[in-house]
Amino acid sequence: MSTTAEIQVRDLHKSFGDNEVLRGIDLEIRQGEVVCVIGPSGSGKSTLLRCVNLLEEPTKGQVFVGGAELTDPDVDIDAVRRRIGMVFQQFNLFPHLTVTENLTLPQRRVLRRGKEAAAKVAAENLARVGLSEKAGAYPASLSGGQQQRVAIARALAMGPQVMLFDEPTSALDPELVGDVLAVMRMLANEGMTMMVVTHEMTFAREVADRVVFMDGGVIVEDGTPDQVIGNPRHERTRHFLSRLLDPAMADVEEGVQDQVGKSD
Amino acid sequence: MSGTDVPLQPKKKGLTRRQKRSLSRGVQYVVFVAAVIAFAVAADWDRLKNQFAQGSIAREMFPDVITLALKNTVLYTVSGFVVGLVLGMVIALMRLSSVGPYRWLAGIYIEIFRGLPALLIFIFIGVAVPLAFPGTEIPGGTYGKVALALGLVAAAYMAETIRAGIQAVPKGQMEAARSLGFSPARAMISIIVPQAFRIILPPLTNELVLLFKDSSLVLFLGVTLEERELSKFGRDLASQTANSTPILVAGLCYLLITIPLGFVVRRMEAKAQEAVK
Repeated sequence: MSTTAEIQVRDLHKSFGDNEVLRGIDLEIRQGEVVCVIGPSGSGKSTLLRCVNLLEEPTKGQVFVGGAELTDPDVDIDAVRRRIGMVFQQFNLFPHLTVTENLTLPQRRVLRRGKEAAAKVAAENLARVGLSEKAGAYPASLSGGQQQRVAIARALAMGPQVMLFDEPTSALDPELVGDVLAVMRMLANEGMTMMVVTHEMTFAREVADRVVFMDGGVIVEDGTPDQVIGNPRHERTRHFLSRLLDPAMADVEEGVQDQVGKSD
Repeated sequence: MSGTDVPLQPKKKGLTRRQKRSLSRGVQYVVFVAAVIAFAVAADWDRLKNQFAQGSIAREMFPDVITLALKNTVLYTVSGFVVGLVLGMVIALMRLSSVGPYRWLAGIYIEIFRGLPALLIFIFIGVAVPLAFPGTEIPGGTYGKVALALGLVAAAYMAETIRAGIQAVPKGQMEAARSLGFSPARAMISIIVPQAFRIILPPLTNELVLLFKDSSLVLFLGVTLEERELSKFGRDLASQTANSTPILVAGLCYLLITIPLGFVVRRMEAKAQEAVK
């Protein structure tokens, strides 16, 4: 693993009106590292992820990706975003385009790739996520798990250096989660730099190099999965994990109980 | 607790709700049919036929009613629609802009042109523009003037329709496009607008149908014989022949366009639904 910082976040603050969601975040993710961000809902983990590609404008602080400062007002944000793939909870495929067109249109319009080249890259990436046979289908005819895999392939087709995942399995039926996690695991094994906001503790434990626990807009704990999930030092982390582990209390976030049950 | 005192089984006496419903519907049918028959019997069909359906007069209208009048109506409407669509698109994007003055300008435009009768716009184009800019001609003669007048009116309505369509596209679509590296303008053109147009296809067609009818206002610009459209053509012939048959024929010609148009749009809507569902 290289020691170059691919993502660097310095003293990041973000407020929505009077609501201060991020209260000073410092975080570094090295090239090839897989970092899972966990924490209760409302802890600011999705906002942090969205600040990393500037879908949310930070109130204060700096964000660097691949050496470029995104928070510089004069940065070519579109150019920087081409290095960053993003996967959303709600997939956000383009419903008026077929699966293949979802992959080729961004390549052609943004990267100015030729028709043939774009089609070739699209086919390769559809094969990677195991959906070659759905090339001509419209997103609406796919299951949630398939749509999310197409969304991952669409991001990969742009050749990103970093992949951001915003609760990629939270909108899926439990039996469809596995396929998406398998694709993410494959990416991790290939050495992709990944920042994953997730509730999937098994995935965090087995795939992540580091786990970051957030609560109340700050990073409470940051370490290896064994440290943060296996042996948390902070009371807040312990409380959060016990809520996930205790089915009687973990009735707030759907799908989580299920996953934790499987992991033990 | 609430609702427990409502008996779930129907009471034995009187009609059930289902029976009442079918009885009420039966009464409605009877009234409707009776009204139609009453009108049909009361109307003086011979006089109507004399005034509105003289075969010989109708025959004399052809082929000019199609090759000249209908052609001009379609031409005026389509050119007005195109001008309105382009202008409406620009105004809609201005209305959604983050730049304040753009939003205000677009808002003022919409309020003015939506609030004024189309007739006044036609008179304004026909009278005020030549006065204000003496010596200048709107390119295309009458055709240009009609396209401009209809376009100005249509743009105000279409801008609001297009804006609503753009706003109906989920926010995640713009976010996905931006995160793939699309610039805001490119994302709008490649991703958002195509989806918006699928949503607003029915109201846009409605606008086209309204323009068809508004194209009759061209007579306030003063037109040559060659530039007459359906309404003017029908009225002129009606006064020449002292018979209203040309009005009826002109009316049927409007339906000749609008009914198939509605059919095509329903087909397109169904197709778009299929793709999105």
